[in-house]
Amino acid sequence: MDSISLIGIGSIITAGVTIGIGAIGPALGEGRAVAQALSSIAQQPDESNTITRTLFVGLAMIESTAIYCFVVSMILIFANPFWEYVIEKAGG
Amino acid sequence: MELKDISPDQVIFWQWGAVSINATLVFTWGVMLFMVLGAWLITRKLSADIRLSRWQNLIEIIVDGMRNQIREIGHQQPDTYLPFVGSLFLFITVCNLLSVVPGYTAPTASLSTTAALAICVFIAVPVFGILDRGIIGYLKQYVRPTAFMLPFNVIGELSRTLALAVRLFGNVMSGMKIAAILLAVAPILFPVLMHALGLLTGLIQAYIFSVLAMVYIASATRAQQKKEDKQQKQENEKGENS
Repeated sequence: MDSISLIGIGSIITAGVTIGIGAIGPALGEGRAVAQALSSIAQQPDESNTITRTLFVGLAMIESTAIYCFVVSMILIFANPFWEYVIEKAGG
Repeated sequence: MELKDISPDQVIFWQWGAVSINATLVFTWGVMLFMVLGAWLITRKLSADIRLSRWQNLIEIIVDGMRNQIREIGHQQPDTYLPFVGSLFLFITVCNLLSVVPGYTAPTASLSTTAALAICVFIAVPVFGILDRGIIGYLKQYVRPTAFMLPFNVIGELSRTLALAVRLFGNVMSGMKIAAILLAVAPILFPVLMHALGLLTGLIQAYIFSVLAMVYIASATRAQQKKEDKQQKQENEKGENS
């Protein structure tokens, strides 16, 4: 197999696996965080402003791990440096 | 911006030698012009009367809301931090919300913009910390609880800046990417829904960026907190008594 198809196969499979596995952890974490926040709002409705704000900030922090995976997979698909290098070599 | 472009940096409008003007720059200037002109038009004739124009009302609500948020998060008087944190919030919000305009690409979908904003926060934290506690007082918090924590504190400072930049970039870029992909797959109605979701995430991300900036600044200026709390309590009691 030549290096173009090897790099293509590697990048695409890795991109899928990256976002697939990277979505599992944040999904579990966000589920737990939202469930916990809902039960605390049910217990203390007066504090719902503070709880909601902290929840949003926390969710964003949790979600950013998934976003990192997404960025990596996007780079692998759309802006892959190895792919461009190989294409350049083949063209020139 | 086409599907294969990962950031608006790659859309180049004008090039002369090494100098090129890309979509990020153009739209950032557009947003700046929009905000400056808007603020100038609104604040041109302010009234302290009971009757005020609706635009003045809007600006007052925004500024008052930001002041309240900063006070609640930082437990400090908001006036020192309002110019910096407020501008961050307004700039990112306008950048993200303007994406309802056709042909517009949010400048925050480019890593260079978000990295620049994150570097602003990275510089502002020590500046506010030193203004508040002095150089020695600020540097002392790096060796707390022990001197062994010094490298971890420094790494934490750097990595949270990186996280700030990549989080905003990733969220905005993913929203645009998903809208573009759906436009190719299911072009009626469904992209509209994802676009609405993108507006929501854009607003939340702007909020989170500024909240995190404020949290970092507040953690660098924490020594003053108790004293100011006490002062504020006294002021509140005075206000209630009178």
